[in-house]
Amino acid sequence: MEKQVGTFGVKAGLAEMLKGGVIMDVTTADQAVIAEKAGAVAVMALERVPADIRAAGGVARMADPRIVKTIMESVSIPVMAKVRIGHFVEAQVLQSLEVDYIDESEVLTPADEQYHVDKWAFTVPFVCGARDLGEALRRIAEGAAMIRTKGEPGTGNVVEAVRHLRAVNAQIRQVMSTPDAELPDVAKELAAPLDLVRRVKELGRLPVVNFSAGGVATPADAALMMQLGADGIFVGSGVFKSGDPEKTARAIVRATLYYNDPKIIAEVSEGMGPAMRGLEMSTLTAADRMQDRGI
Amino acid sequence: MRVGVLAIQGNVREHKRHLARVGAEPVEVRRPSELSDLDGLILPGGESTTMSLLMEEYGLLQPLRERAQSRPFPIYGTCAGLILLATEVVGLSPARLGLMDIVADRNAYGRQVASFEMSLPIPVLGPDPFPAVFIRAPKIARMGAGVVALATYQGDVVMAEQGQYLVSAFHPEMSPDTRIHAYFVEKVRKARQAEGS
Repeated sequence: MEKQVGTFGVKAGLAEMLKGGVIMDVTTADQAVIAEKAGAVAVMALERVPADIRAAGGVARMADPRIVKTIMESVSIPVMAKVRIGHFVEAQVLQSLEVDYIDESEVLTPADEQYHVDKWAFTVPFVCGARDLGEALRRIAEGAAMIRTKGEPGTGNVVEAVRHLRAVNAQIRQVMSTPDAELPDVAKELAAPLDLVRRVKELGRLPVVNFSAGGVATPADAALMMQLGADGIFVGSGVFKSGDPEKTARAIVRATLYYNDPKIIAEVSEGMGPAMRGLEMSTLTAADRMQDRGI
Repeated sequence: MRVGVLAIQGNVREHKRHLARVGAEPVEVRRPSELSDLDGLILPGGESTTMSLLMEEYGLLQPLRERAQSRPFPIYGTCAGLILLATEVVGLSPARLGLMDIVADRNAYGRQVASFEMSLPIPVLGPDPFPAVFIRAPKIARMGAGVVALATYQGDVVMAEQGQYLVSAFHPEMSPDTRIHAYFVEKVRKARQAEGS
């Protein structure tokens, strides 16, 4: 009869509610309102979008609590915010502000090269990035209640998002076709806990919701990731670095919903103005690659 | 029996699974054309602002309202679905069906850190309590005389019905218990029978 808060069911449950939706990076209350009016299911409160973090260089940290609070007051949809990988005090701060989800994110400069945040210790749920199945299951073992494939943030180039989602899907298919007796070996190869590998085989998918992130810049990009099997979309720089953020936001939401309907995708893409300029992967140095942080 | 699940966004897969388990045929609904041949509808949990915006834009609200008002068409709203069914909403008021005589208060339990689960006694389902998951849940601030409370928690009505309409502030599709879906599908079966006779 006693109620329980912060259970894994309740944490993973909020992510389930966001399925089929778009989560947008915002840096001001005005942007948050634009996102909500466009139909976003949640916003990510940030000091700078990933493209600007790239441009600025230096150490990227949790946003100023004032920015997070202002955004929380301006919309009624859930508000997420980012902490540096392993920075559990930034996470304590965001939990005290009562944000709805914490993103332990490679977009910020990692604070710990060995350990991620012990996410079981928190009432607020966490989302973490992953490039493949092993990485996703390691994060879930640490308590993540939602996964997003990483892609390469702030590039407006969808190629890495595609690579990572395809990798997760291919590995899930491999787990499903592996006899039970050989699963311990697969778990060893994936560097992931055996019980979670077994769970993946049982479910035929990840045990938590998996969104696509890192490079979605157009409605067609969003629909591409949905057709490849993403449960929903994170758009970082893609909206507010485009020529017409309002239009782009609306178009990406609608293309995510009707991802199997090219006519609607065509309709919403028409006259959208320029998408963000974007970066070619080969121009990034090893130090520029955010996806290789916190694996 | 074909029971639709509004598939704009949110917990669509889980409702479909539960419907199939209790012997109904689940159908995803995104367009007005997909409303034909349905015997009932579930409005799942999700973000009510997103769902209402897109229901209005893609022309689902009016045909649904007409359908429910012209002949028997049971609708069950969970969480966000409760808000979409309510005649009134406290504060920012999204476009919605407005078919059930209740006033919904969005996110009334607080933000995500206040989300909870508990064993909820629901007398119409029998003596065993129901594993109820509340996520950024709404409250029913007031309800009309024709609305019957089916479950309460700490003085708040968390599940109610009014004729063919059923609502819960929590998410029955997130627990393995299918009794509420069975209860709703029985409502749908009776409505179909009544129409046929």
